[in-house]
Amino acid sequence: MTLKDWFETRKEEQHAARPIDPKIDDNIGKLWVKCFNCNAQLPRKELEQHMMVCPQCGYHFRINARTRIKQLFDEGTFEECFENISPSDPLDFFDTESYKDRQQKAKAKTNLNDAVVTGIGKVNGEEIACAIMDFEYMGGSMGSVVGEKVTSIIEKALEKKIPVVTITASGGARMQESALSLMQMAKTSCAVAKLNDAKLLYINILTDPTYGGVTASFGTIGDIIIAEQGARIGFAGRRVIEQTIRQKLPADFQTAEYLMKHGQLDMITKRSELKDTLAKILKLHRHEN
Amino acid sequence: MKLDFEKPITKIEEKIEELKKMSEESGMDLSKEIAVFEQQSQEYKKELYENLKPVQKLQIARHPNRPNFLDYINLITTDFVEMHGDREGTDDRAIIGGVARIDDTPVMIVGTVKGKSTKENLEYNFGMPQPEGYRKALRLFEHANRFGLPIVTLIDTPGAYPGIKAEEHGQGIAIAVNLKEMAKLEVPVIAVITGEGCSGGALGLAVANKVLVLEHAYYTVISPEGCASILWRDASKASEAAEALKITGPDLLKNNIIDGIVKEPLGGAHYDYEAMGEELKKEILKSLKEFKNFTPQQLKDDRYNKFRRMGVFNS
Repeated sequence: MTLKDWFETRKEEQHAARPIDPKIDDNIGKLWVKCFNCNAQLPRKELEQHMMVCPQCGYHFRINARTRIKQLFDEGTFEECFENISPSDPLDFFDTESYKDRQQKAKAKTNLNDAVVTGIGKVNGEEIACAIMDFEYMGGSMGSVVGEKVTSIIEKALEKKIPVVTITASGGARMQESALSLMQMAKTSCAVAKLNDAKLLYINILTDPTYGGVTASFGTIGDIIIAEQGARIGFAGRRVIEQTIRQKLPADFQTAEYLMKHGQLDMITKRSELKDTLAKILKLHRHEN
Repeated sequence: MKLDFEKPITKIEEKIEELKKMSEESGMDLSKEIAVFEQQSQEYKKELYENLKPVQKLQIARHPNRPNFLDYINLITTDFVEMHGDREGTDDRAIIGGVARIDDTPVMIVGTVKGKSTKENLEYNFGMPQPEGYRKALRLFEHANRFGLPIVTLIDTPGAYPGIKAEEHGQGIAIAVNLKEMAKLEVPVIAVITGEGCSGGALGLAVANKVLVLEHAYYTVISPEGCASILWRDASKASEAAEALKITGPDLLKNNIIDGIVKEPLGGAHYDYEAMGEELKKEILKSLKEFKNFTPQQLKDDRYNKFRRMGVFNS
């Protein structure tokens, strides 16, 4: 084995060993960030200038809701709605930690009341109502607050007769609210049915990761479904499937590319092209009836 | 099959049998003693079954002899005509449906099916539908909508199937589409959780004007085992998870998730199919009657408002 081969093999091994669920906050506050995919050492500033996409290999880092809003909306146009809706603890849920403690920690970490930010803003001049999920808040899980805010922003769009866009990043329904969380799937989907009746455009943008109750409700019933490059998207988690069928899954299983191949998505978009693509679609659907 | 917590009852019943045998053999009149024991046994049973822990209800809900969808078809309907297939290449056997009559009312009845033997379970995939099953269900719902037939769904599923094909064919999307399209239905929809009501796989048939659960059935966002292995990182904590998730009828009623509880025969539906069928039929007919004079728009509004109210938060 030549020295070059040795380096190549090592690189491949490291590549194979990279975690499937990279945590966003591993990097926060550091001046230098290591790419999860190619291991390149990147100055944080440079990464931010590249919309948190590795300039060397194109790996899309997970980003939070605030960053997403900055990237997507025309400067100063996003107006947040329903920001005061906050979680309670209807079931007095306690596992290894109380739900209330988990809420407080998540709030301290994200400065958000819950796992979604909703509001109205402009994308290249096109006005939309938008729900942007934040994976850093309890894994982007959907409980009563997420369901209420998503439903409310859809109802606001119905009033204003404007399109709705969701940007999802979620592990699924929030277990700490049990059946109440499950019902948010029905509630949000019923609201989307009203968008259909009103013939208002509804677009889903799926980002890494989008799973479970969000995939099985408002997250995937858009008129157009866009996935961000490299996103993992599914109904059941990888581990659950492996345990059920007792076999190893292909490495690209549940990636956006894999789903696209199976006809589940309209398109995959790079983060750098997302805003223009979205605006183009919005403009194509805006005509006087 | 008796469940472990039912063992004390078995013991009392054995005692009663022993006494009966003794009285027959010896000619002694023990009828008074026997009556006392029988009354005690009855009282004990009543107390036991009324105070079941969630994890014990879980065992009844999953009892292998529990009546399944096909039993209920026999028990509560006549003239059942099964409608097969999603028209896209598959007839998922985990969801079965068709037109039938409940007393004089023609309905569309759709449900998830669990088998009672290994062979049956393989056919019905343990009551775990593929996306094609949800698409078949939707086809039947739309048929019912076209012909003005009320829809009854009976749900008993450990969840939608987690598999490779299921993901490739859009399990999440199939369920989501059902939630959205059920919202648009212009006929009454009555959903009954008859056993396990697990997660999106159950909800995919349950966007209804009225949602009922049987006394020992449960309805939850995730199975207690799944929840335990994620939150406690220990699947053996399922009992704690079952408590915490508030999955039983009274808790669901308190949180406004469901509209009512259907009483089961003492000990559970599997002890008396006839009685269970009768009670269920009565409740379904009562619910159908309630929505009889609703206009299509009223039915849609009723469904929307019902789910719109769900959730607890501060604002």
